[in-house]
Amino acid sequence: MINDLFSAAFMLAGSLFMLIASMGMVKFPDFYIRNSASTKAVVLGVLLILLGVGIHYNDTMIFVEIFAILLFIFLIAPLAAHIVSRAAVITEVGFWEKTDLKELEGYKKEQDKEAKVTKVE
Amino acid sequence: MVILINLFVAVLMTWFTQTIYPGIPNSGFATLLLFAGWNALLWLLTYFLSEHSFHRSRQIGSLVLFYLKELLTASLRVAYEVLTPQDHMQPAVIAIPLEAKTDFEITLLANFITLTPGTLSIDVSKDRKILYVHEVYVKAGDTEKVKRQIKEGFEKKILKITRNPNQI
Repeated sequence: MINDLFSAAFMLAGSLFMLIASMGMVKFPDFYIRNSASTKAVVLGVLLILLGVGIHYNDTMIFVEIFAILLFIFLIAPLAAHIVSRAAVITEVGFWEKTDLKELEGYKKEQDKEAKVTKVE
Repeated sequence: MVILINLFVAVLMTWFTQTIYPGIPNSGFATLLLFAGWNALLWLLTYFLSEHSFHRSRQIGSLVLFYLKELLTASLRVAYEVLTPQDHMQPAVIAIPLEAKTDFEITLLANFITLTPGTLSIDVSKDRKILYVHEVYVKAGDTEKVKRQIKEGFEKKILKITRNPNQI
């Protein structure tokens, strides 16, 4: 009885986090803020839902599997966000107008230099 | 290395105790408790073998807890930002000078930065000395404060674990 209550609460909290993050997709102003918000909320949401599943089944093998899934999610979700945002910077997806871009100029220069070198070769 | 051996032996010992004493219930939580107990016992035992790895395991544990706490606050902050009508966002791209040198250290730092409140790691420069980070909450253009927070929070903790002179 109390197990069911706890697992339901965890799963509900996880899916609520995901729902709020997907509402953020509509509200946030630019690509980079959307990307960072969705990554965080989705990782926490998956963690909470899997905890709820583990409480419901209460079995050793399920706990081991949940641990493995969480390990991979924690490794891969930030990696995917990093690669997508890097591609966005290189292809010059626009920033929000309030963004302070002073310190990105060094990166831009580096990219330009690289492009020139490859053209000469 | 010691922490991996510790975990492995704890798994074995949990299995043994469950097969030897059939009175222990075979449910998930009982197993988890047993595993945690064996881990704590073995951790205390390493104190007599090498004090250094004892403190190292403690640091790794505290880093994991800190990471989970940061993830929770990050998600709550996103939820707050979505559900309140006005926005407090003041984004900026920040170039953080890196002290971490090896692949492992930089990967760990970048992954941790992506899951902490308001930040997203974009790229490392060609000579691996600068990490470019997109940060959403920069109060009054004070980028130095954000840099200090990241360098003294995560980078210090990670370097303390990965760089130790007498590693076993």
